[in-house]
Amino acid sequence: MRFMVIVKANEESEAGTPPDVEMLTEMGKFNEELVNAGVLLAAEGLAASSQGARVYFSGDKRTVVDGPFTETKELIAGFWLLELRSLEEAVEWVKRVPNTGGGDSHIEIRRVASLEDFGDNLTPEVREQEEELRRRTAQQ
Amino acid sequence: MEAVWRIESARLIAGLARTVRDLGLAEELAQDALVAALEQWPRTGVPDNPGAWLTAAAKNRFVDQYRRRQNYQRKLEQIGREQEDLTAPDASTGVGDINDDLLRLVFTACHPVLSSEAQVALTLRMLGGLTTDEIARAFLVSESTVAQRIVRAKKALAKAGVPFEVPAEDEREARLAGVLGVIYLIFNEGYSATAGDDWMRPELCSDAVRLARVLAGLMPAEPEVHGLVALLEIQASRSAARLGPGGEPVLLLDQDRTRWDRLLIRRGLAALEKAGPGPYGIQAAIAACHARAVRPEDTDWTRIAGLYEALALVAPSPVVELNHAVAIGMAFGPSVGLELVDEIVAAGALEGYHLLPSVRGDLLAKLGRGEEARAEFELAASLTRNARERRLLLDRAACC
Repeated sequence: MRFMVIVKANEESEAGTPPDVEMLTEMGKFNEELVNAGVLLAAEGLAASSQGARVYFSGDKRTVVDGPFTETKELIAGFWLLELRSLEEAVEWVKRVPNTGGGDSHIEIRRVASLEDFGDNLTPEVREQEEELRRRTAQQ
Repeated sequence: MEAVWRIESARLIAGLARTVRDLGLAEELAQDALVAALEQWPRTGVPDNPGAWLTAAAKNRFVDQYRRRQNYQRKLEQIGREQEDLTAPDASTGVGDINDDLLRLVFTACHPVLSSEAQVALTLRMLGGLTTDEIARAFLVSESTVAQRIVRAKKALAKAGVPFEVPAEDEREARLAGVLGVIYLIFNEGYSATAGDDWMRPELCSDAVRLARVLAGLMPAEPEVHGLVALLEIQASRSAARLGPGGEPVLLLDQDRTRWDRLLIRRGLAALEKAGPGPYGIQAAIAACHARAVRPEDTDWTRIAGLYEALALVAPSPVVELNHAVAIGMAFGPSVGLELVDEIVAAGALEGYHLLPSVRGDLLAKLGRGEEARAEFELAASLTRNARERRLLLDRAACC
């Protein structure tokens, strides 16, 4: 099964300060371990929320709010996508993520849903729509 | 605990095997260390570096065993020597060394003195970090059967005096083919289970893909390893689409292609660029033709037929001939395909192989020869050992 491991933002990531050399080295080693173990499918880091925006919905109304956003600890700063056998295995891997800054933070582990998780709400019409979309994505 | 084992066991066993020069003993020491962890960790908590803890525990165990033996004096000298090794800090073991140990592990576990069953069990156990129980469930045998297989395999390695080494240059290619074969076998057992009620065991497929990726990391300069990775990633991308709502198999051309995993396809296509024209590379190229076809009717069957011809040159087999016939049938019409299939039937090499009458039935059905098609599907159903597949074949017979 697949897990998304979500790294939360902190003051440095929000300030746009690039990680220091030690952090980059340690993270590089950790990522290499994931690759060597054949479990890493994808990983990305996100730029500070000052380079992003939000669109708020209220009925028909759409309101655009540019970043940065204040609730730093709730923001996402990056993710790993891992293919593993169990949540326990994901936990074990995440415990090995280097914490070179030594500060307090948390990393969230979430299982990636599959089509089965959508149950009966995935009607043939919705499925067809999805099919068409994926078809076009595949052609791009 | 299983999770820690899965992450740590391969490196643990490989490192120990280099020290003690015996894969069987290394596995036992690692196992003992795991038992010790199971006793201690619930009380003390999981250590910060579980891998280092397990290594230390296993090495202590090794020293204890020596102490208990006779010839105490003579052994003591050895212990002195070994202890120098043992007390060397783990940090001195660079990534390159660990990779060398893992490669030795791969080639030893897949050594040709072992039966194919033993190679599979050892590879999953030692490189894949699966428990004997997980292996037993994957292969529908009892846990004691797997445990016995592993014990016998370890004895066979010891008896044949197989060194814990990567094979020499002159036999490397053949031995590598053996290793790739073991991983492919594991994948296929998960992909279309030869026996039992379930058509697929996806966990086993994931394990095989994981092993192939590990191998590609260990041998980045071997095009065939990338070929195998590409093949497995692309085939695994279809897993969700190969199962119908009731767990029944869905054939390639009937699959809902939106359920193909684009991420795995992308990974597979990327690996294919590093692959060469070996048997796995060519099979991966064929799989890629299907992956690129958004709809079944977009499939480039002419190219696939050509690739099967290339495959028949590097890895001739009647099954490849059969697949070639299918591709020709799709590219140039069922009657041309049927001619080729009939040649295979006449050669008699695939007698008893359920896909032969299945393919023949399919071509006959397309030619409107329903009676003959039904007989072929019924024959195919009687030949398969997989319950789900039998159901599918009987359904097809009923439709003729």
